[in-house]
Amino acid sequence: MLFLLAAGFSLIFGLMRIANLTHGALFMLGAYIGVTVMRYVPNLWLAALAAGVAVALFGGLLERFILRKLGGNVLGQVLVTLGVAFIIADACLVGWGGDPIPIPTPPTLQAPVRMAGFVFPAYRLAVVVIAVAVAIVLYLLMERTRLGAMIRAGVDDPQMASAVGIPVSRLFTIVFCLGAALAGAGGVIGGPIMSAYPGLDSDMLPLALIVVILGGVGSLLGAFAGAFITGFVYTFGVALLPDLAYVILFLPMIVVIAFRPRGLFGKFAA
Amino acid sequence: MRWIVFIILAALLPLVAGEYYVNLSSQIVIFAVFAASINLLLGYGGLPTLGHAAYLGVAAYFSALLQLKLHYAHWLAAPLAVAGTTAMGCAFGLIALRATGLGFLMLTLALSQVLWGTAYRWVSMTDGDNGLRGLQRPMPFGLDLNQAMPFYYFTLVVGVIAIWLMARFVNSSFGATLKGARDQPRRMEALGYDVWLIRWITFVYASFWGAVAGLLFVYYHKYIHPVSLSLANSAEGLLAVIAGGSGTLAGPIVGAAIVLLLKNWASAYIERWNMLLGFVFVVIVVFMPEGVVPGFQRLWKRFVSRT
Amino acid sequence: MEALRIQNLKKAFGGLPAIADVSLAVEAGERRLIIGPNGAGKTTLFNLLTGDLPRDAGSIELFGAEVSRLATHSRVHMGLARTYQIITLFPKDTLEHNVALSLLGLSRSRWSMFGRLPQHFYAEAGAVLARVGLEAAAKRPIAEVAYGEKRRVEIAMALAQKPRVLLLDEPLAGLSREERAQVKGLIAGIPRETTVVMIEHDMDTALDLADRITVLHYGRVIVEGTRAEVVADPKTREVYLGH
Repeated sequence: MLFLLAAGFSLIFGLMRIANLTHGALFMLGAYIGVTVMRYVPNLWLAALAAGVAVALFGGLLERFILRKLGGNVLGQVLVTLGVAFIIADACLVGWGGDPIPIPTPPTLQAPVRMAGFVFPAYRLAVVVIAVAVAIVLYLLMERTRLGAMIRAGVDDPQMASAVGIPVSRLFTIVFCLGAALAGAGGVIGGPIMSAYPGLDSDMLPLALIVVILGGVGSLLGAFAGAFITGFVYTFGVALLPDLAYVILFLPMIVVIAFRPRGLFGKFAA
Repeated sequence: MRWIVFIILAALLPLVAGEYYVNLSSQIVIFAVFAASINLLLGYGGLPTLGHAAYLGVAAYFSALLQLKLHYAHWLAAPLAVAGTTAMGCAFGLIALRATGLGFLMLTLALSQVLWGTAYRWVSMTDGDNGLRGLQRPMPFGLDLNQAMPFYYFTLVVGVIAIWLMARFVNSSFGATLKGARDQPRRMEALGYDVWLIRWITFVYASFWGAVAGLLFVYYHKYIHPVSLSLANSAEGLLAVIAGGSGTLAGPIVGAAIVLLLKNWASAYIERWNMLLGFVFVVIVVFMPEGVVPGFQRLWKRFVSRT
Repeated sequence: MEALRIQNLKKAFGGLPAIADVSLAVEAGERRLIIGPNGAGKTTLFNLLTGDLPRDAGSIELFGAEVSRLATHSRVHMGLARTYQIITLFPKDTLEHNVALSLLGLSRSRWSMFGRLPQHFYAEAGAVLARVGLEAAAKRPIAEVAYGEKRRVEIAMALAQKPRVLLLDEPLAGLSREERAQVKGLIAGIPRETTVVMIEHDMDTALDLADRITVLHYGRVIVEGTRAEVVADPKTREVYLGH
C-alpha cells in the first residue's frame, strides 16, 4: 500500500523535480471520494478506479494552471502544493465531516488465508499483489513503451528532449495525473486498512517522504524497496516499542541518508 | 534609525491599546522571533525549511515537562530547555544537511513530523492530544508576568534582544560568508570556505532562536499541545517570512504581524483557517513572490527618486 | 621542487572515461598551458585538481603533499586557487566586496559572528583592484561592469589569496581584442612565486605566455614540451586537424 502512495510521489519528484506535498491530501481525497462512490456502487475496485480518475483530473488541473506558472521556482512549487494540501484537507473536513469513515473490505476477501503456516488477512495479501502488479505495469510502461521512453528522456534532459520534439510540458501533465491517480486509487484501496479520516493526509505524507527519500528519487525500484523496508520496520516497531514506533519509522531513512545521500537506488541526491 | 522609532512605538502600545491588542502584540513578537529564526535559514542561508516548529515545540515541551514532572524553577528549566533543543538542532542539522534544496526541505519536514507524531503517541510523557496544562509563567527578578502588559514588555525586551543579535549575526563576517554560500556555494568553496560547516552553524543558531521562541510561546499560552509541532505551524512561520520578504530583517517581522492579524481577523468569520492559509500561500507565491517588504522598499525608492 | 604532480589520474562518468590516465608534473614558478580539442577533459582535470569532482584513481600532490582526499576548501588553504570558465561572481555585490570575500576566505575572521566585516579587508581589496587597474569601479556592483572587467575581477580575486598554484580556466574566453591584451598583460605580470596552469583555446595569446605545453586528447596526455617542440610534433597536428 505504501508503494502505491510512494510510486506516484517518486514519479512526480523524479521527473518534474516537484516535491508534491499535496500527495498525502490527494490520497485522502481519493479515499473520501471512494467512500461516496461506494454509497451508490458497493464495489471497492470500481470505487478505486473512479477515485483514481477523479483525483487525476484534479491533479491535472492543478499542474496545468498553477504549477506550470511556477516553472523553475522550486520553493514556490513546494509552497503551493502545501497550500493546496491544506485547502483539500479542510474541504474534506467540510464535505465529509470530522468522524472517521470506514471503508468496508470486499466480501470475497474477508476470510483469512493460510500460507506457509502463517495466517494472513486476505485483503492485505490482495493489496500486496496489487502493488506488485502496479509495479510491474509501471516498469513496463517506463522501460518498454514509447511513452515511457519519452518520460525517461524528459527526466534526464528536459531541454534536449523538447528540442527533439518530445512534448515535455504535456508529458509533465500526464505524469502528474498518473501520480495523482495512483494516490487517489491508493486511498481507496488502502481504505479498508486505514479508513478515511481527517488527518489521513498528514499521516500519509511523511510516510511517502520517508519511502521516497529512503528508496531514492526517481526510481521505481527504490520506491518499492523503500516501501517494503519501511512497512517491515514499522510493523516490527509497533510490536516492540509502541510508544516510539513513529521514531523507528524514520530510522532506516536516517541511516541510509547518512551513508548515501541519494537513497538506495536514487538517480540523484535529493 | 527606523528601528528606534519602531521600538519606541511598540513600547508605547499598551498605553493606548486595550488588553486584547496587547496580548495580540505579545503573540506577534513571539511569532516574529520564530519567523526571523526561519529566515536565517531561508533568506540568508538559502535553505528552505519546513520543520522549524520542531524547535519551538520541543523547547516548549521541555520547559513544560521540567516544570511539571521535576518541578524545576524557571531559571533552571529555561536554559536547560534551550540547550537541549539546540543540541537536538545540532543532530538534526547533521542529518538534514546531507542534502540541499528540496532534499533538505524534505528531511527537515520528515524530522519534525517524527516529533509531531511522537508528541501525540508518547502519551505517558506528553499526555498526547490533551496537551500539557497548568504551567506557570516565569518571574524574572520577582516580577509578576501574569498580566497582559508586564508580559508584553517582557516579551518585547526578549524579542528586541533576539532580533538585535540575529541582525549582528547576519551583518557580521560570518553573515557575509553565509550569504556568499547561498549565492555561489561552489565559488565559496574555491575561495577556501567550508560551506557545509557554515550552513550547519547557521542551522544550529536558527534552532537556538526557534527554541527561545518556543519558551516565550509556552510562557504566553501556559499550555502546550502537539499541534504546535505540526507542519501547519512550520508552514505558518514560513509563510510569514515569505509574505514579509525573505531577504531582509524586517521582512519576517512584518510577515509575522500580517499572518497573525489575518488569522485573528479571519477566525472570527471563517471556521476553517487551514483552508484560508492554503489559499493565502497560493496567492502570495504566485502573485507576490518577493514579499511585502521588498515590494515596499522598491516603491519607496521610486517615490524618493521622483521627489 | 614540483608545484603540482599528478600521477595516473583517472575519472569516468558512467562508462565514459573523461580522464583515462593522466600524469604530469609542473615545476614551481612554471607557466604551463593545457590545450586540446573540446571534450579532451581539460576542465574535468581542473575539477579533479580542485576537488569539485572526486577522482576514481590516481594521486594529486601539491608541493609534495597528497591532496586528493581533501575537500576543496582545504586545498585552497594549501595554496590552490582557481578561476572558472563561466564567471561565477556575486553580481549584486560590489567589486570591493567580491575581492574582500576572497581575502576573508583564508582569514580567521571569517568565523566572527559578531562584528561587521573589518574595514581593512575592503582597503586591501581596493589595493588588489588597483593592481589590475579596476580601483575606479571598486564600489560598483559586479552586474554593472563589462564582461572583460568581470574577468579581471575574477583573476584578481584568485590572485588576492597569493596562491602557490593558480588554475586559470579559459581566462581569455569571450573577450574583445583589447580586453584580451589587458588580461594577457595581467597574467604575464603574475609574480613567479605563483605557479600558473592555464587552459586556453586562444592559441596566439596563450602560446606566448607558456613555458611548457601539455596537449590532452580523450583524457590522455598526447604531447608535452616547449612551444617549439609541441608545434613541431606531428601528433599535435593530428589531434587538431584530424590527420
